[in-house]
Amino acid sequence: MSSIRIKAKERNGSVDVKTLMKHNMETGLRKKKDGSKIPEHWITDVTAESGGNVVFAAAFNTSISKDPYLAFKFAGKKGDSLTISWKDNKGKTDSAQTIVK
Amino acid sequence: MDRRSILKITGTLSAAAAATVAFPRLVFAAYNQKAFKNPKVEDSLNELFGGSASTPSGDIKLKAPDIAENGAVVPIEISTSMKVDKIAFMVKENPNPLAIVADIPAGTEPMVKTRVRMGKTTQVTAVVSSDGKLYTASKEVKVTIGGCGG
Repeated sequence: MSSIRIKAKERNGSVDVKTLMKHNMETGLRKKKDGSKIPEHWITDVTAESGGNVVFAAAFNTSISKDPYLAFKFAGKKGDSLTISWKDNKGKTDSAQTIVK
Repeated sequence: MDRRSILKITGTLSAAAAATVAFPRLVFAAYNQKAFKNPKVEDSLNELFGGSASTPSGDIKLKAPDIAENGAVVPIEISTSMKVDKIAFMVKENPNPLAIVADIPAGTEPMVKTRVRMGKTTQVTAVVSSDGKLYTASKEVKVTIGGCGG
């Protein structure tokens, strides 16, 4: 299962997008019991695409909360496809697609 | 003009606007290491926008709680009536203040909502770039339990 959950709903020509990505978002500041630091591991980039165009893009720092939540609005209509993908600092990526309701 | 034809016209216009902005497929926002791994607000802004001079603006709405009980999850919302191309968010006294930079292409509303971590009570700032100029809105958020780990 994809790590991304998307809700996209159109109202008056504007698509309301809410998304949740499952990711630990380690800051690199947390320590284990033995005092060694847990290495940082976080989502650096998120991109949203609809109809071949990038409709929203964001770069995250480690200060975004665990399991990031992101909401934005773009001009679109019911039935449009929307793809959201992320990339983390270890090069891992994931993406999910949905149809605007 | 009836409602249907208005909708049709707006639809065509927005499609045209989207077509003129030729974005390559699946290109991630260039991740700027220097802007993010920077303890100073001014230096981050310099790396990001090539300048740190900014003007406070009442046209930016920054929604954040007055008191955040849990610093690990602080909901924030930034929106503006201005035409902007980038929205950034800073937490002044975090180890690295810059939390998020959002690219707003034409056709996308200048609004972003997310959740951030806050180490302690400090000022939070939304920075938007509009027409090559920077505008800000700030707010003080009190944090009961810090959320940066350690």
